Amino acid sequence: MLSFIIKRILSAIPVLFMVAILVFLVLRLAPGDPAVMIAGPNATPDQLQQLRESMGLTRPLLEQLIIWLTNMAHGDMGTSLISGKPATELIMDRFGPTLALSLSTVVLAIVVAIPLGVVAAWQRGKVLDRLVMGLSVLGFSVPVFIIGYVLILVFARILGWFPVQGYQPLSNGFVPFAQRLVLPSVALSFPYIALIARIVRTNVIEVMNEDYIRTARAKGLKESAVLMGHALGNAAVPIITIIGVSIAMLIGGVVVTESVFNIPGLGRLVLESVLARDYTVIQAVILLFSAIYVVINLVVDLLYGVFDPRIRY
Amino acid sequence: MSSDTPAPEPQSQTLSLPEMEGGGASGLRAVLGGILSSWSARISAAVLLIIVLMSVFAPLVTSHDPIQLDPAIRLQPPSAAHLLGTDSYGRDMFARIVYGSRISLLVGAGTVIVALLFGMIIGVLTGYFRWVDAVLMRVMDGLMAIPGVLLAIALVAISGGTLVTVLVAIAVPEIPRVARMVRGVIMGVRNEPYVEAASVLGTGMWPMVWRHMLPNTVAPLIVQGTYIFAAAIMTESILSFLGAGIPPEIPSWGNMMADGRLYFLLKPELIFFPGVMVSLTVLSVNMLGDVLRDRLDPRMAKRL
Repeated sequence: MLSFIIKRILSAIPVLFMVAILVFLVLRLAPGDPAVMIAGPNATPDQLQQLRESMGLTRPLLEQLIIWLTNMAHGDMGTSLISGKPATELIMDRFGPTLALSLSTVVLAIVVAIPLGVVAAWQRGKVLDRLVMGLSVLGFSVPVFIIGYVLILVFARILGWFPVQGYQPLSNGFVPFAQRLVLPSVALSFPYIALIARIVRTNVIEVMNEDYIRTARAKGLKESAVLMGHALGNAAVPIITIIGVSIAMLIGGVVVTESVFNIPGLGRLVLESVLARDYTVIQAVILLFSAIYVVINLVVDLLYGVFDPRIRY
Repeated sequence: MSSDTPAPEPQSQTLSLPEMEGGGASGLRAVLGGILSSWSARISAAVLLIIVLMSVFAPLVTSHDPIQLDPAIRLQPPSAAHLLGTDSYGRDMFARIVYGSRISLLVGAGTVIVALLFGMIIGVLTGYFRWVDAVLMRVMDGLMAIPGVLLAIALVAISGGTLVTVLVAIAVPEIPRVARMVRGVIMGVRNEPYVEAASVLGTGMWPMVWRHMLPNTVAPLIVQGTYIFAAAIMTESILSFLGAGIPPEIPSWGNMMADGRLYFLLKPELIFFPGVMVSLTVLSVNMLGDVLRDRLDPRMAKRL
C-alpha cells in the first residue's frame, strides 16, 4: 500500500511540472505583447522597451522559463504588476471565500446527487428516472450565471430569504456566513449534481446485474440495503472519479459564480487581474488552480486503492 | 454539457459501427436517419433547425438593426414595434437575439472544427508512433489539468478579444480529450486482423491511417463533436458575460447578458431572454448528442 501511495505521489510531480511549463508557454506564446497590454496603446516605444526589460521579457524564452520555474520552486509566484504585492499574498487574501464556496458546493452536490442517481437507477425507465435524467440534461445546459440570477430574483428579491449578494467571513459569525453562501452554492452545484447523478445512475444500473447483487437479494436483504450497501459501494470508483475529474468544471463555475454573487474570492481576483492586465497574478492563479486539480485527482487515485483493493498498481 | 464533461476513458475502444467498415457512408446514414425516431430528438432537431434558419435569414426575420443605438427608446418593455423590448442603449432585443444566433453557431462550429482537426492530428500521431506518444500525451495530460475557462479567459486577455482568439481559446482546452479518444481507437485497431493484413500487403502509413484506422473514429468523433459544439456555445456566453469574450459591439448572446447585468434587478429579462436562447440551444444539442451517442457508440453510452 505504502509503495502504491509513494508511486502515485511521485507520478504527479511530472504532471505538475508540465502544467507549469504549459501555463508559461501558452501565455507567453499567445499573440499579443504583455507590455503593450499593460502600458496601453499610448505608450512610447521607449517606455515599452523599458517595461519589457523590467519584466524580463527581453531575455531568451528558455531563460525566462527557467527563472519562472526556479521562482515557483521557491514558492515565489511573482509580484503583481499593479499593486506591487507578491502574488502569493494576493492569493492568500482571496483563498477563504473560494474555499468556502467550493467545499459547500461539493458537499451539497454529493449529498443531493447520490440519492437522486440511486433512485433513478432503482426506478429505471419509469417516470421518476426520466424526470431525474431530464433535469440532469437541463442542469448542464443552463449557464451557471442564469441559474444564479434566477435564484437571486426568486429567493433574495421576491421572497427576501437571503441577501442578494456579498460575502461574510466565518469569523463574523456563522449565520451571516452561511446565509450568503446558500444561493451561490446551490447555483454552482447544479451542473455538478446533474453530472454526478447521471454517473451514479449508470454505474448502479451496471452493478445491479452482478451476481453478488442477486446473492444479496436471495439472502432476503431489503432492496434499500441492496442498493445502498452493495450496489452503491461497488459503484464507488467511477463515482469518485467523476467527482475528481469534474473539479475542473467546478473551477470554471467558481469564476462565474463569484462574479454574479459578488464574492471576493480567487475567481474575482482572476477577473480583476484580467481587466487590469496583471499578467503575473493571472499566471499564478491559473497555476494554483491547475495544481489543485492535479492534487485532487491524485487523492482520487489514492482513494481507488481504499475502495477497490484490486486497483493498486 | 459543460466543456469539462469527462469523456469516458477510451481504453481500447474498437469498432462501434461494424457496418461502417466497408462502404461506410450508407451505414452511417441509416443511423443518422434512425435518430429522428425518438421524440426528444425530433424536438431538439426542430429547435436547432429554427435557430439555424433564424441565423441564416436574420435580415428577413427582423427589420431592426441589432447594433443601432437609440437612447430615446432605452429599456422599453416588449411592444409591437420591439417584440422583446429594447436594451439599455435602445437597441432592439429581438434583433440582437436573432443576429446573436449567428455568433453562437459560428463559435460552436468553429470550435468543433479546430478541436477535432488538431485532436485528430495529435491522436493519430500518438496512436501510431510510440515515441511521439510518450511526449505528446504528457503535454495533453498537463493541458487537461488547466481549467478550460480560466485558460480561455487568460488567452483572450492577452491576445485581445477578437472572434478568432475567442474561438481558439475555447477550442484549445477541448483538444486533449479528442486526441485521447482518437489515440485510443488507433491503438485499439492496430492489432486488428484487417490492419495487420493491410500492413503485410505493404500499405504505407497515410493510406493505412486514412483508409483503415480513421473510419473507426467517425462515430465517436460525431458524438464528441456534438458535445464540443454545445460546450463552446456555453463557454462563449460565459466569456462574453465575464467581459473576456468577443468585442462588446458584436451582438452575441453572451454580450447581451453582460450588458444586462447592471440593470438586472430592474429588468431581469435583459439577461433572461438571451439566457433562454443559450440554454435552449445547448439543451437541444446535448439531447441530440445523447441520442447520437446511444446509436453510434453503445460502449460510451453504457458508461455515461
